[in-house]
Amino acid sequence: MKISTLGYCIKQGIKNIQRNLLFSLASIGTMVACLFLFGIFYAILINMDYEMKDIQKTLTVSVFFEEGSSDDQIANIGNEIKKLENIDTIHYVSADVAWKGYVEDVYKGDQEYVDSVFGEDNPLENSSSYTITLKDVSRQDVTVKQLEEISGVRKVNSSDVTAKSLNAVINLLSYISIGVSSILLLVSLFLISNTITIGISVRKEEIAIMKLIGAKDIFVRASFLFEGIFIGLLGSVIPLIIMYFVYTAMTGYLAEHFVLIDNMIEFVPVGKVFIGLAPISIVMGVGVGFFGSLFTTKRHVKV
Amino acid sequence: MLVLDHVTMEYPTGTKALDDVSIHIKKGDFVFIVGSSGSGKTTLIKLLLKEITPTSGEITVDDKIYSKIKRKEIPMLRRKIGVVFQNFRLLKDRTVFENVAFAQQVIEKPMSEIRRQVPGTLTLVGLAQKYKQFPKELSGGEQQRVALARAIVNQPDIILADEPTGNLDPKNSLEIMTLLEEINKKGTTVVVVTHNKEIVNLMKKRVIVLKKGKIVSDEEEGGYKDED
Repeated sequence: MKISTLGYCIKQGIKNIQRNLLFSLASIGTMVACLFLFGIFYAILINMDYEMKDIQKTLTVSVFFEEGSSDDQIANIGNEIKKLENIDTIHYVSADVAWKGYVEDVYKGDQEYVDSVFGEDNPLENSSSYTITLKDVSRQDVTVKQLEEISGVRKVNSSDVTAKSLNAVINLLSYISIGVSSILLLVSLFLISNTITIGISVRKEEIAIMKLIGAKDIFVRASFLFEGIFIGLLGSVIPLIIMYFVYTAMTGYLAEHFVLIDNMIEFVPVGKVFIGLAPISIVMGVGVGFFGSLFTTKRHVKV
Repeated sequence: MLVLDHVTMEYPTGTKALDDVSIHIKKGDFVFIVGSSGSGKTTLIKLLLKEITPTSGEITVDDKIYSKIKRKEIPMLRRKIGVVFQNFRLLKDRTVFENVAFAQQVIEKPMSEIRRQVPGTLTLVGLAQKYKQFPKELSGGEQQRVALARAIVNQPDIILADEPTGNLDPKNSLEIMTLLEEINKKGTTVVVVTHNKEIVNLMKKRVIVLKKGKIVSDEEEGGYKDED
């Protein structure tokens, strides 16, 4: 298709929207509702995911060795651990360091008291370990099993309750988000198809003349395809704009008025949310508009 | 140039609109196809525009055999045929210029060419001064001239006029026919489907008479009698 023809079809697409303003607005409105809702779910999910990653950094797994393991054996175990896919960082904690940490935590650093009770002894003589952070805490179970299978490993300690519950919430929200968005996208698809059908019936005479003059199928359909694309584009850009202001205002308000939330959660900056949300929303909106229109014109406009 | 070879058209309802019709029209001919309602004139036009496919027989236009034309080739075939309708079928929301330009836009002619050709075509049909007006501001005769301009602007090989004078008074009818004759003199084949006896008898052209789907006469410089 030539550029001048493209320009003509785009103009006609815009005119079509103006001709069926009410139906076009209904389609755009439904899509706005759908993609705004999707945006809310997306923002919640991305924030939870961000928190999850934050928590992941603090969740550690400790690997203890068999009693009397030599330095070489410990180093070998370290090498085996590093080979595992889900290992993010690995840090060796010697028995001395472990005992110092324990004294610090339990006896609040009261060295005099500790010396009087334990003297030179280190009760954690056999508690040297590797402290590990994981890339993906949701796969902690599998990794712990793999760690337990490494020869020379006596015990693996992990705390996975927080990770598991957060993961479960994220999964649930993802399913709800996909379900609700899919239903609303289907409604949008139906409404766009309906709008295009009405547009076709309004321009029935024009289409008939076009076809008799020798217009190609694609030319007749193009203006309707652009109509669908524009509806989809408007239906996705409007909720993005609303979402931008709502998200900025909401996170600002929560941080300002709820100190507890502000201390617990660090909100993902709006720019980071939109890096993913904007393209996904636009592709969804334009896609629904384009395909809704394509199927309708295929059914109703035949040369 | 334009050949109908033993064409029969029977609709699914059982109505036989055309029955074994054979017509040969040479390039540059001016032909009237006449007949009363139900004689098969409209079916003939639909067949020539490939809106419908004959039950049997073959249609050929400019060496293009209709039965061998694929669906995607139909637009190119239609560009060879300019159509004029009884009720003009102009776009009411567009000016005279835009209505004529429309015919070029839909076949994707560049804007520079449209700007060059449309004024010339409007001059040819005597409407150069009214290019900004909308169809409702024009008389019936002027509207039909716009329709004619739209049909010829792409310089088709054939002009197919379906009752072009059906909604016009005798004076305007004659003007339209004179225009068609001028277009024909420039080499375009003109096929006029009509039941306007006065015009047919005045023009002294080849007349093919259809009756109940059959050709009952085909005469050079023929006429259209009451019994037809």
